[in-house]
Amino acid sequence: MEYSEKVKDHFMHPRNVGEIEDASGVGTVGNAKCGDIMRMYLKINDNKVIEDCKFKTFGCGAAIATSSMATELIKGKTVDEAMTLTNKAVMEALGGLPPVKVHCSVLAEEAIHAALWDYSQKSGVKIEGLKPPVHDIEEKEH
Amino acid sequence: MSDKKLIYMDSAATTNVAPEVFEAMTPYFKDRYGNASAIYDLAQESKTALENSRKIIADTIGANPSEIYFTSCGTESDNWALKSIAAAYKAKGNHIITSKIEHHAIHNTCMALEKEGYEVTYLDVDEYGTVKLEELKKAIKPTTILISIMYANNEIGTIQPISEIAKIAKEKKIFFHTDAVQAYAHIPISVEKDGFDMMSVSGHKFNAPKGVGFLYCRKGINLIPLLHGGAQESNRRAGTENIPYIVGMAKAAEIAHAKMEERAKSQKQVRDHLIERIINEIPYTRLNGHRENRLPNNVNISIRFIEGESLLLSLNDIGVCASTGSACASGSLDPSHVLLAIGLPHEIAHGSLRLSIDHKITMEDADYVVDHLKQIVENLRSMSPLYEDFKKQNP
Repeated sequence: MEYSEKVKDHFMHPRNVGEIEDASGVGTVGNAKCGDIMRMYLKINDNKVIEDCKFKTFGCGAAIATSSMATELIKGKTVDEAMTLTNKAVMEALGGLPPVKVHCSVLAEEAIHAALWDYSQKSGVKIEGLKPPVHDIEEKEH
Repeated sequence: MSDKKLIYMDSAATTNVAPEVFEAMTPYFKDRYGNASAIYDLAQESKTALENSRKIIADTIGANPSEIYFTSCGTESDNWALKSIAAAYKAKGNHIITSKIEHHAIHNTCMALEKEGYEVTYLDVDEYGTVKLEELKKAIKPTTILISIMYANNEIGTIQPISEIAKIAKEKKIFFHTDAVQAYAHIPISVEKDGFDMMSVSGHKFNAPKGVGFLYCRKGINLIPLLHGGAQESNRRAGTENIPYIVGMAKAAEIAHAKMEERAKSQKQVRDHLIERIINEIPYTRLNGHRENRLPNNVNISIRFIEGESLLLSLNDIGVCASTGSACASGSLDPSHVLLAIGLPHEIAHGSLRLSIDHKITMEDADYVVDHLKQIVENLRSMSPLYEDFKKQNP
């Protein structure tokens, strides 16, 4: 598999791996059948800022690297800013992904949305443009 | 790469060309380059080398040299065997029996034949990957013209009760072909004793170069050419013979057969050591394939809660080459058809690891791999949501 140096780095040294005990929102997407499951934990403060973000991923190198990069990109951002993060931005930040691995970045975007949805449900905070999580993995770019 | 540690445990994928093999091939590139079909002395050297090679290969399986046809690879041999029987014996019937765990060279050829109107039965296997003889007997119809079952599986190493399968075919007067790509040069084969009508072999699995293989075809079987052209290979396989590669394959076959017993013994030792240590020292692992009826060089383990490609990348980082049945490593969506056929659920099939060893792998190499594997598995599990859920449910 031809991975970029950034992907390799984020796979070998993933950032923000773990759980958050009292998370404001948790989202899990993907399925074991396809070989990718991502779980995203968010700690969001009263100013709607993502103070902390952690992940756990079962999947290939690209799945782990996109999870890691996604957490880095949304940490310190507001929930509305996090909403605007696309799979494309995650891919670009990683220096690209092989075509068969694009779905991993889609999954990372969906994992963030799923965690935000959970936060929104629990806190009552409305987030513009947020839809209930879809658990299917689609191959298309968003 | 050169100064980095390299432990190659992917011999079922391919092997390197042995130095003796390379040496045997060299003159046929530069000095003895004659076309074996010509009549001058230079060409005769090539012709002699070709026929000597054929004799050497034939002797390794107890065949007559006239029953050996050189091909470009195992895939060509498989395609040729199946398509030739299908075309030549169409009047007798259109039914072919194979298994669900064949290599894609057989599986996809069968699928192509189905599109041409042939009927194919894909036999189930048991949990160890062994073809069930009763199922095979039941699948036979009056229209069955061919049974093709692999000798040993490339992923899980299971060796089939191949002579019993051949016997069933013979009793019913059905042709029997075996894909012996993983078995040849690793375990003893006798086409006479085993009762094969056709057998496919690939050179690069036993230290010959990539790009050469052969098909054994019993005398009297109507072998229809796949490639039309010149009169090479008794008018059955056109194209100028690849003399250096054929010479190399014969040399590699000679060495592998001379050292087979000794190599198998040491490989089994390393294999069993790997299996025992992994199963005993890493929790939630299982051996795939048959414990005894197994290739001397094959280890295949499922490691729960982790995915194969990330495992391979981590192993690569410590200089270990291995393979997996995970979909993610191949670019398709489904994991290995072999692992699914032995009944593994998708998520466990995704977490499989194949270590295929050659005679150069030492016990120290095996220990190095297991010692590091333990750490890698622990690390990947620490980031696995499947493991997290499992631990919460089973504290």
